[in-house]
Amino acid sequence: MLQGWVIVLASFLYLGVLFAIAWYADRRADLGRSLIANPVVYALSLGVYCTTWTFYGSVGRAAASGIGFLPIYLGPTLLFALAGFILHKMIRVAKTNRITSIADFVASRYGKSQVLGGLVTVIAVVGVVPYIALQLKAVSNSFSILASYPDIVMPATAGAVPLFYDSALYVAMILAAFTILFGTRHLDATERHEGMVAAIAVESVVKLVAFLAVGVFVVWGMHDGVADIFAQAAAVPDVARRLATADSPAAYGTWGTLIFLSMFASLLLPRQFQIAVVENVDESHLRRAVWMFPLYLFLINLFVLPVALAGMLHFPAGTVDADTFVLTLPMAHQQEALTLLVYIGGLSAATGMVIVETIALSTMVCNDLVMPLLLRLPMLGLAARADLSGLLLEIRRWAIAVILGLGYLYFRVAGEAYALVSIGLISFAAVAQFAPAVIGGLFWKGGTRDGALTGLAAGFVVWAYTLLLPSFAKSGWLPDGFIAHGLFGIELLRPQHLFGLTGLDEITHCLVWSLLANLGTYIGVSLQRVPNVREARQATLFVGGAEAAGTPGWRSTAGVADLLPLAGRFLGLARAKEAFARHAQQRGLKGIHELPADARLVGFAEALLAGAIGSASARVMVASVVKEEPLGLDEVMNILDEASQVRAYTRELEQKSKELTRATAELREANARLRELDRMKDDFISTVTHELRTPLTSIRAFSEMLQEDPKIDLAQRSRFVGIIVSETVRLSRLINQILDLAKLESGRAEWTVAAVDVAEVIREAAESLTVLFAEKHVTLEFAGCEPGLTVLADRDRLMQVLVNLLSNALKFVPAGTGRVTVDAGGTASEVRVSVVDNGPGIQAQDREVIFDKFHQGATTSDVLTDKPQGTGLGLPISRQIIEYFNGRLWAESTPGAGARFVFTLPRQAGDNGAIPQGDSVPAGGRGYKEESPGGNS
Amino acid sequence: MIRSRLTAQRLAFLFLLGCFFFNYPLLSVFNRGGDFFGLPPLYAWLMGSWLALIVQMAWVVERKDN
Repeated sequence: MLQGWVIVLASFLYLGVLFAIAWYADRRADLGRSLIANPVVYALSLGVYCTTWTFYGSVGRAAASGIGFLPIYLGPTLLFALAGFILHKMIRVAKTNRITSIADFVASRYGKSQVLGGLVTVIAVVGVVPYIALQLKAVSNSFSILASYPDIVMPATAGAVPLFYDSALYVAMILAAFTILFGTRHLDATERHEGMVAAIAVESVVKLVAFLAVGVFVVWGMHDGVADIFAQAAAVPDVARRLATADSPAAYGTWGTLIFLSMFASLLLPRQFQIAVVENVDESHLRRAVWMFPLYLFLINLFVLPVALAGMLHFPAGTVDADTFVLTLPMAHQQEALTLLVYIGGLSAATGMVIVETIALSTMVCNDLVMPLLLRLPMLGLAARADLSGLLLEIRRWAIAVILGLGYLYFRVAGEAYALVSIGLISFAAVAQFAPAVIGGLFWKGGTRDGALTGLAAGFVVWAYTLLLPSFAKSGWLPDGFIAHGLFGIELLRPQHLFGLTGLDEITHCLVWSLLANLGTYIGVSLQRVPNVREARQATLFVGGAEAAGTPGWRSTAGVADLLPLAGRFLGLARAKEAFARHAQQRGLKGIHELPADARLVGFAEALLAGAIGSASARVMVASVVKEEPLGLDEVMNILDEASQVRAYTRELEQKSKELTRATAELREANARLRELDRMKDDFISTVTHELRTPLTSIRAFSEMLQEDPKIDLAQRSRFVGIIVSETVRLSRLINQILDLAKLESGRAEWTVAAVDVAEVIREAAESLTVLFAEKHVTLEFAGCEPGLTVLADRDRLMQVLVNLLSNALKFVPAGTGRVTVDAGGTASEVRVSVVDNGPGIQAQDREVIFDKFHQGATTSDVLTDKPQGTGLGLPISRQIIEYFNGRLWAESTPGAGARFVFTLPRQAGDNGAIPQGDSVPAGGRGYKEESPGGNS
Repeated sequence: MIRSRLTAQRLAFLFLLGCFFFNYPLLSVFNRGGDFFGLPPLYAWLMGSWLALIVQMAWVVERKDN
């Protein structure tokens, strides 16, 4: 039943179904209920990566090199693991900048350069032509083989068939017509093709099902499972060699190269970029695709090696081309339905690739190559024409036809010399040249237009010389002398052993040299200068991600009146009006006429046009309306003005920040001071409690001894009671002094300030201590204590100071030989009193410390209780008092020769009761002003 | 899409793991005769580790916590 007409009918039926699906999906999209807004459809449409190369070629490759077909699919798997870093970013950038193709992407990244867009387009077209030839070869072969069913006859070489009997020519023509119908029905501002994507997703399912069906048939229909095939293969030495991949280090090198190459191909091939980036509806779909697309690749490769081995076991070596095993194995077993399914699967793989690839390429050719040229030719007067949307579609249609024509030409010229996979790899190596400019442009801000331009050109030239030209030469269309002996007979220039590099396969060899030249010049030339303003702006948009977007790149403005007709000429007036209305709505305006003529509107119009004619052309077109002049004097002044305003703001900010810093420092200081005070308070309380506990403990201890032992003898008893009494006295004195000190420190002490005669106070203090001096047999002497040494002070407090000093001296002098001298004298301004003893003196380091609270001299211990005498508060209190009256109190001493405590007080100034003013008032908030001299509060 | 930095880093880790799995020198370990449940060791290793990697990638991106 597989006559020629059945096959032709099935083919057209299949294409018709595809067209219907696309038409339906487009309709649904127009109604706003998108069929493809679905992560599974996105993942399936990425399956356009699998062409007839996969469908037919993988088996052929496996028959030649065993597992060597696999790296082409491992690479994309690895790339999708990096999707979060690379692909995600590309989608973001493309969406915000309305990127429509890979040429647009590169051109836009390096300052919307038309030259760069054109170069990328040329490389893409030339590079992808062999890949299209591969599809034509596979489809026409499968058709010819099928046509001679049930015999299995290998098709004659293409060159041997007259042109009009060559089925590949008709395949090319039909595919061209179909693609034109498919992809260029109308012009879309975003360059998205919902119908096409839906059809591609269906095609992915068809080819997967077809291949799995063949696999299942071969493994379980012809053999007893996979293990059976491998066991049979292992028995045949010729086939068994295919079971292991690598027998030399070079094979591992090739393996790694192919993984690397396919990683970039799955991202940078025009059709992959189109499907993965441009046609992406929602970036969240990428998440599902991260694992679903690799899973698709896994499934479609599951049976490749078993089928290849089965084919080699089934057909005698050399009779059947391994590239056709998928088709010929079911044929050999008269499986007509399966054979037809395989043929349709192969057709799916080919049409999917050709449709997306040529649509993507035609967009690039139109937007980045032809339109910029046409717009520059003034004689055509295009810039003034009213409606260009028809012209755009016309250009695209022609581009599709020409690209398929080139593919057919390559197939006629070079197609027979290579297996399917080898042809495809030539294209892979070509698109790998985009990697430095694209990936570098996404992550490195320093790349410049010149760098990208020279890098791409250098890589492309090396690729053409080392891979493309040899493929022509091997087919006999170029003299092959230059392969063997090098260009002009120079050995070093042999294209496949450039500069004497040997030991690599031709793909790895090409990649090494082309990427070296590409990357080297891209970076090297980029580093020659700093990126200019436009490049830097685009770099920020691309490297910084979408967050940096949104700054309008136009200095000038234009109104709706200029921009709407411009957009209308490329999109059609109705579509343009619709888009402008949407924009107005987004900005919360009622209609198009309310849109202000500002930079944002110009930016919108540019983005809108970029969708239709590419970013570089859009810039030129918008510039023609906006007339963005080179910077005039006014604008320079404006910018300068802005800059100076910015500087002023900056200064203000700096000022504020300095003030803040200062305030912070002050706060920090205050905080530290508070902490210090807090700590001092804690120290003070803990010392006070400790000091209070000492006498309490001994009182308690002696009381308990008296209580527990009633038979204690009288002498002992009275001694104990004596200690208790003296400790109680000490305790109450301590408490009094603490209260006193607390009062002094908090400023709540009561002062009765009056004129006081110092000599009189001295005598009185001495009298109160006479008994104590007599008890210890210490001599007390006076010197110079003449009346008339009048100071302004509180008499009782001054008395307290003198008693403190005297009893302090008494404590330290030896009994019997002790001698204490009080010396009072004065100058015109102050009265000076010193208390001198002949005790042990004070160590130099202690001279200030003794004025600290609770600090006592070292040798003052009571023999009986081993407790220091006194409270350690006398001297601090005394100093507080003296300082309150603007005096000073200090100690002088030579250790071993006694101590001398000296205080001075300002003499009363006349009789007018004036209060000495000064800043020596001790801290704590006290001051004379709160007290009235002689006041008695 | 890949919202958390953590997910992206997990995927990047799988990328490095895959680079190691699918390349020399690890491949040379399996590049020998004999069989593994009826399959050549290299074929079994590549298909097995590939599938395992895909499962891991699915697990990382579909986890609830990302």
